[in-house]
Amino acid sequence: MSGFFKSSVGQKFLMSITGLFLIVFLLVHFTANFFLFFGSDAFNTVSHFMETNPIIQIMQPILAIGFLVHIIYSIILTIQNLKARPQKYVKFEQGHSSTWASRNMFILGSLIGIFLIMHIMNFFWKMKVSGSDLYTEVNVDGVMMHNSYALVTGLFTDASFGLVYSIAYILGAIFLGLHLSHAFWSAFQTIGWSNQVWRKRLEWIGNAYAIIIGVGFSIIPLYFLIFK
Amino acid sequence: MANINIKLKVWRQKDSQSKGQFEAYEVKQISTESSFLEMMDVLNEQLINDGNQPISFDHDCREGICGMCGLYINGRAHGPDLDVTTCQLHMRKFKDNDSITIEPWRAGGFPVIKDLMVDRSAFDKILQAGGFISVNTGGVPDANAIPISKDDAEEAMDAASCIGCGACVATCKNSSAMLFVSAKVSQLALLPQGRIEASRRAKNMLSAMDDLGFGNCTNTGACEVECPKGISVAHIARLNREFLVANLKD
Repeated sequence: MSGFFKSSVGQKFLMSITGLFLIVFLLVHFTANFFLFFGSDAFNTVSHFMETNPIIQIMQPILAIGFLVHIIYSIILTIQNLKARPQKYVKFEQGHSSTWASRNMFILGSLIGIFLIMHIMNFFWKMKVSGSDLYTEVNVDGVMMHNSYALVTGLFTDASFGLVYSIAYILGAIFLGLHLSHAFWSAFQTIGWSNQVWRKRLEWIGNAYAIIIGVGFSIIPLYFLIFK
Repeated sequence: MANINIKLKVWRQKDSQSKGQFEAYEVKQISTESSFLEMMDVLNEQLINDGNQPISFDHDCREGICGMCGLYINGRAHGPDLDVTTCQLHMRKFKDNDSITIEPWRAGGFPVIKDLMVDRSAFDKILQAGGFISVNTGGVPDANAIPISKDDAEEAMDAASCIGCGACVATCKNSSAMLFVSAKVSQLALLPQGRIEASRRAKNMLSAMDDLGFGNCTNTGACEVECPKGISVAHIARLNREFLVANLKD
């Protein structure tokens, strides 16, 4: 196996495996966020579960490693790919032969990376390190827990920056959806789990998943912007 | 039948060490029935008659089966037609007074030799690394002596239709040679004679591909659209599978 991770396919294998892991994470993340629509008690209970469940705690550092491997190898592979064509074409037509998202995965990934830093500063940092005026203790059915609902809704309904944050989160969701529209099938193709029949099925599932995640995460800021 | 006038912007490069630049040419009253390479022949006649150096470009059989020709025409490998090589592209695909930009295949693995000619011996090196069966398999066997399913035989034949022209590399945004390598791996891995060495072949050919400076496949699928033989990227999935299993066995 020693040479495997030095080979192009081996490095791409790491991109695929970490990518599929992140795809599963996004589904868990979205499921938890969905409880925002059911009010503060429901969302705070889910957040409390996430904070206290041992499996989630174990998965947190693994998730961070997953992100790092995905990002580091994307940079390594992209540099190799840029070097593989020292002299560029003057005319290079790709619009008819591949999707825009598939050609711009690194750019989309970088934009998602920028979004991710902002996202961590907005929530993860405030919850775990710095704290926030909104992140107080509340009593839900006799259990004391953090008011995560106030922190989340506070960001989107903030009098001065609510609109800016909402737009940033909607853009982040759109970039993520575009990234996923190519990512899903591509990950299966790289680990060899595709053929002429399954390609169409995987692309269909991938597009459906991308729409669910892209639209789903966009609805949250829109909902709070319009109705709260 | 009609005649058209066209303007050309052609890449001229004296040798592999020179920098190279575009030159503008005009070809008048070219028949729409003529092939793209015949138009290039007419242009070269003009250049020779005027005492200039003709444009060097690769070509051989001119019937779309040898894989020798390959020009990057208006931003597309083998030009604006699908499932054809440059020699099978015809001038009827262009309109009167069209401007056509002609570039050589651009990839680190395919250095320019002169003008539009590129060195594709990197493909030979990949084949030498494993694109063969080591033992003599004898003459043509009796039909049905070795049972092979119709599906496998068809898919192996589809893979074997690769003519090694390099359009996949040329059109890939990463200059990846995965479609070529996967076709060569598939055509043998699907048949019993080639199955025996499948693992070793996948590893050796991929290793050679990586060493020769081709990029990494990002599954955009552009290669299979521009491939004159319509080779499917499903073969790339098989190559990935073969490579993964081969490494797991070690």
